[in-house]
Amino acid sequence: MRFRDHRVVGDILELAARYRDEGADELVFYDISASPDGRSVERSWVDRVARLPDIPFCVAGGIASVAQAEAVLAAGAEKISVNSPALSNPDLIDALSERFGAQCVVVGIDSHTVNGDYFVKQFTGDAARTRDAGRRTLDWVVEAVRRGAGEIVLNCMASDGVRQGYDIAQLSAVRGICRVPLVASGGAGAPPHFVEVFRDARVDAALAASVFHSGEIAIPDLKRALRAANIEVRP
Amino acid sequence: MSAPDVVIIASGGANIASLKFALARLNVSAAVSADAARIRAASHVILPGVGAAADAMTRLRRAGLDALIPTLRQPVLGICLGMQLLFDASAEGGAVCLGIIPGRAERIAEAPGRPVPHTGWNTLEITRPAPLLAGLTPDAYAYFVHSYALPVGPATTATTRYGEPFSACVQQRNFFGAQFHPARSAAVGAQVLRNFLGAPCD
Repeated sequence: MRFRDHRVVGDILELAARYRDEGADELVFYDISASPDGRSVERSWVDRVARLPDIPFCVAGGIASVAQAEAVLAAGAEKISVNSPALSNPDLIDALSERFGAQCVVVGIDSHTVNGDYFVKQFTGDAARTRDAGRRTLDWVVEAVRRGAGEIVLNCMASDGVRQGYDIAQLSAVRGICRVPLVASGGAGAPPHFVEVFRDARVDAALAASVFHSGEIAIPDLKRALRAANIEVRP
Repeated sequence: MSAPDVVIIASGGANIASLKFALARLNVSAAVSADAARIRAASHVILPGVGAAADAMTRLRRAGLDALIPTLRQPVLGICLGMQLLFDASAEGGAVCLGIIPGRAERIAEAPGRPVPHTGWNTLEITRPAPLLAGLTPDAYAYFVHSYALPVGPATTATTRYGEPFSACVQQRNFFGAQFHPARSAAVGAQVLRNFLGAPCD
């Protein structure tokens, strides 16, 4: 679930309960304006939402220290995801991984394409403050994993919100060098896009937001489509 | 059945809140404690665990719980790292563990298409009938997040395959273990927790 100030996506708790009941395999909560606003994720909604899911859930947004991560995990999150703060201070990944174990530490990457290569963007939660992070995406994935990331969520920015499918070329390139679980993000518009990203980019999971929020794709229908394409999914 | 008096061992940094909420969804409240007398008095004890084996053992030793836990007579459930701690040792940091069940947790072998940590939903294959697994269907999926695992051994009651099969559930006397996270394994996890709470007290 991705929250932007200019877009109301409904009550968080209601959505969390709906996805849990529909058979979502994991929930990710992004407080995407936290980093550009220079704050950490709103603890109040982590506390409230943590009681609901009986499936894993991950929280992201401005987590910039071990203490902040500890608070989010203590509130009941399974994993924490770091993006902009890890770009500003890569040692954060080492510190989180050492303290909580790699399986707890997700590194989110917003990536865009320039002349056939992929580069990282920072502070993407606020269009006015988004900037180049000065890193090649493939280099950053390798570094993040070496520092202790247990999972990479790669958001391909050109695809995000366009609903024309995941960026298979970019995800395949990252898959080739990423030895921890890789989650595809950005571009899901229809069930065949999910089939394609599992089959062709060999990702471990696929994340989507708007198509679920809008009700355009119902999770049980999506799982049926995946099963029909011989992709193993939990019933 | 009278209400169980569940104590979750405060093993530090572990994901205790998710477990408390999972029990609350079953209308069971649980205390969190590192106090030996409180733990001994519980009807059911849960040893959770997220983090590194050596670090977790250091915390248990500091609280004097490494001596207590093996002597408990009530049902004890180790979850994830907590299950691994029930065994002799872990390859993770060369940790010496509680020594209740023979065996050593080994690092999961990485392979192309099989990243480590092993993260995700996998099916449980029940290898021998066990109270913890009552009522589960053959296609029961559970949620795993781990880099180390116990090889299949005499205490194994269910296996999961990730490359090689490993112990997904174990039992020795009153000591139960789940490598997966019942609090995050939807209806299957709730059933496992209900089964544990239904296990007879000594």
